[in-house]
Amino acid sequence: MPQVTVNGLAHSFDGDPDMPLLWWLRDELGLTGTKFGCGESLCGACTVHLEGAAVRACQTPLSAAAGLHVTTIEGLSAHGDHPLQQAWQELGVPQCGFCQTGQIMQAAALLKDVPHPTDDDIDGTMAGNICRCGTYPRIRAAIKRAAAATGAKA
Amino acid sequence: MNKPLAALPEIENVSRRGLLLGLGGGLILAVGLKSHALAEDAPEKFGADGDDNGWRDDPRLFIAIDESGAVTLTTHRQEMGQGIKTSLAMVLAEELEADFARVRVLQADGDEVKYGNQDTDGSRSMRHSFAPMRRAGAAARTMLEQAAAARWNVPALEVKAEAHAVTHTPTGRKLTYGDLAKAAAAYPVPPREALKLKPASAFRYVGRDVISGVDRADIVTGKAVYGGDVRPEGLIYAVVARPPVVGGTVASYDASETLKVPGVLKVVPIAPPKEGPPFQPLGGLAVVAKNTWAAIKGRKALKVNWNDGANAAYESATFRKTLEAAARQPGKVIRDTGDIDKALAGAAKRVEAEYYLPHLAHASMETPTATVRAKPGGGWEAWACVQAPQITREVTAFALGAKAEDVTVHITLLGGAFGRKSKPDYVVEAALCSQAMGGVPVKVTWTREDDIQHDYYHTVSLERLEAGLDAQGKVVAWRHRTCAPAIGSTFGPDPKHEGDSELGMGATNMPFQIPVVRLENPEASAHARIGWFRSVSNVPHAFAIQAFVAELAHAAGRDPKDFLLELIGPARRVNPRSLNDTFNYGEDPALYPIETGRLSTVIQRAAKEIGWGRSLPKGRGLGIAGHYSFVTYTACAVEVEVKPDGSLQVIRADVAVDCGAVINPDRVRSQAEGSVIMGLSLAQGGEVSFKDGRAQQGNFDSFPVVRMDAAPKDIHVHLIGGDFNAPLGGVGEPCLPPVAPALVNAIFAATGKRVRDLPIGKQLKS
Repeated sequence: MPQVTVNGLAHSFDGDPDMPLLWWLRDELGLTGTKFGCGESLCGACTVHLEGAAVRACQTPLSAAAGLHVTTIEGLSAHGDHPLQQAWQELGVPQCGFCQTGQIMQAAALLKDVPHPTDDDIDGTMAGNICRCGTYPRIRAAIKRAAAATGAKA
Repeated sequence: MNKPLAALPEIENVSRRGLLLGLGGGLILAVGLKSHALAEDAPEKFGADGDDNGWRDDPRLFIAIDESGAVTLTTHRQEMGQGIKTSLAMVLAEELEADFARVRVLQADGDEVKYGNQDTDGSRSMRHSFAPMRRAGAAARTMLEQAAAARWNVPALEVKAEAHAVTHTPTGRKLTYGDLAKAAAAYPVPPREALKLKPASAFRYVGRDVISGVDRADIVTGKAVYGGDVRPEGLIYAVVARPPVVGGTVASYDASETLKVPGVLKVVPIAPPKEGPPFQPLGGLAVVAKNTWAAIKGRKALKVNWNDGANAAYESATFRKTLEAAARQPGKVIRDTGDIDKALAGAAKRVEAEYYLPHLAHASMETPTATVRAKPGGGWEAWACVQAPQITREVTAFALGAKAEDVTVHITLLGGAFGRKSKPDYVVEAALCSQAMGGVPVKVTWTREDDIQHDYYHTVSLERLEAGLDAQGKVVAWRHRTCAPAIGSTFGPDPKHEGDSELGMGATNMPFQIPVVRLENPEASAHARIGWFRSVSNVPHAFAIQAFVAELAHAAGRDPKDFLLELIGPARRVNPRSLNDTFNYGEDPALYPIETGRLSTVIQRAAKEIGWGRSLPKGRGLGIAGHYSFVTYTACAVEVEVKPDGSLQVIRADVAVDCGAVINPDRVRSQAEGSVIMGLSLAQGGEVSFKDGRAQQGNFDSFPVVRMDAAPKDIHVHLIGGDFNAPLGGVGEPCLPPVAPALVNAIFAATGKRVRDLPIGKQLKS
């Protein structure tokens, strides 16, 4: 039976290998922090990390995740204190909050690759994540704050 | 076991449900209509008094304190991003002299008999809850002080509540709220006249930025529970195939391939709407499965022949011509001062323009989603992201053949709403699925395509404006014809005319000082479900009026900001009734006149902040617009760059807001920031068009919204502020209307091109 490791725990699945990772996480594993927004990789609400890279769970069939490691928002940090999670709260980023787990997962992948992103880096990476409440200016500021905080620690 | 401050009392049933149902809904925008229906022998009610089922300020309903001192605020408003849970908790903590960090917020179930009106719409949650919540907090604080005075056997005047404890001032003795909670609960609630509210100068939370919002930590860790995140034991899942044309029905279907999809359990017919309450589902076929993916796959395999019905010919390009033709003829007269034809004929210069705004989808990031099951002990239980829980109970009960009081509605966080989630058709779908499956919990999820193709759309409109200028360039005549399918069509036979509330959103109550004004509303029919979208009819009215004023300024050879201020005229208080506006957002015209000075002030402020009049590089321009809506005054100024290829980037936006006193400035700013982004979305790309009765857009590829790269990096919000004892204005909606006209005015300044049709789309590309 194929296995996927989610937030460090191995899970096997015996269902439809075409099932997007999104619905398996939500409906079968109960990890509801990963959100459904479009089903077509157009909004980023379902962003998770597959082997450390940001992917859209709504367009990642389970067959493509077999044998690999997935991190969801629930596994991003042990105590909910990733620098981005802190910056998001300090700057009051969320309005409705629905898209923010996907935003944070996308931003976390960005900071891993580019610890001090420019505005262009942020535009290029974050433009795939829609926020209908319009929190983009605060998302940008929070990414910069988290980058600065991480840099200060290093 | 935690002890609540007091048991919840039984409240006499004051529901006007019979009447409410008869008029088809308990929502704010029906208030004008309902007030008139009631007005024959009852005085007209305003503000919170006029809301369906009124309001309560009984502290025992909303406040509980346990023996550890933890305070629980039960909120009767829904959270959809506006920050109301945080702001109400601030107000309570303020008057209760509680520590905000020790206030937990619990979401009330839908029950308007108990809590009073719960509809979270119309930008009125804080406007209508601030004073009652202050009184509730002050009453509970008084009860705690009385309990402490009795415990020490000292006069009540010698004790003082402060920092989550009561102190005996002469001796410095202290009792915590936890120590006092049980005893305090035994005291009667003090009468309103006996309450002492804090002076604003003593506020610790209200009026200050409270960033540590309720739910914030859960949101960033994925623990927050939205409509789709509820997982009762035995949950199964469904998606629904709905008639692609409104009013359509299933002619025949073949589910054989669907039932072969592993995980699919059943195909459940959903009946088309019957005579009864609004917001019944469209009908169709639900595919019920063991998981959402199987349901989606099963629906794809379903073969359905639809009867399209009467709206099959709805086609947006044709309908636009219908609206144009209607707007070029006289229509129902709404407001009429002087002889418009004579004044226009005698003007030195005449200007006319037509503005077109298409249907919009709400497209909240969380699509409509609900879970319903039969309660083990009888009755029904729903978990849903709804703005209007009482009508949710009523329409769900109607569909199930149950009584409203037998339907419990638990409200989750709303992942955006913008008016869509005032219409709970998706909850009814889940209820009917559960009923068909023997009462097991069923979650109905709308895909994004479902959401965009089966919305209660923002109306489509054609706004025709004509004005006459005298030789000095002053406006002497103004004719506005507004033509749009009415929201009333969602509640009954199509009225074919906008209601008082729609017209009262910026058209009837247009406050300019012009001697001859005529407003007409020619007929328009609805062929799609029309509903409230954030700011509702203010969007088309403000767009047309504020863009037209800039056109008039150009015709007069004047600066558009100066010209706008002159049109508004000197500061004065205008009774909206004198403009023939009976709506005024349900507020008392004596308490809420239109204060033109406040409108001028926000325009001047936005202009000053953006540096109005400064010189700009080629391709850049500044634009401005101001508007009064939801009894709040807002202005937006934008700086835009239009590149040689016709693409545009908003460089900066300044929003000035006068909503009166500001409870949580951070959340007011965030609403204004978000309104700029949403306003740019609708201006630049927002459109749902119809062909053969079918919506042509389906997802974020065809219904684009502004993303990070297109959002202005510089948004500045300027709050005017006001007296905490004066009436408050709304916040959630009023910042949206001025954004699109400010943008097209800026585009004109940058390029000399007038944009009169939304969305801008490719109009600037040559």
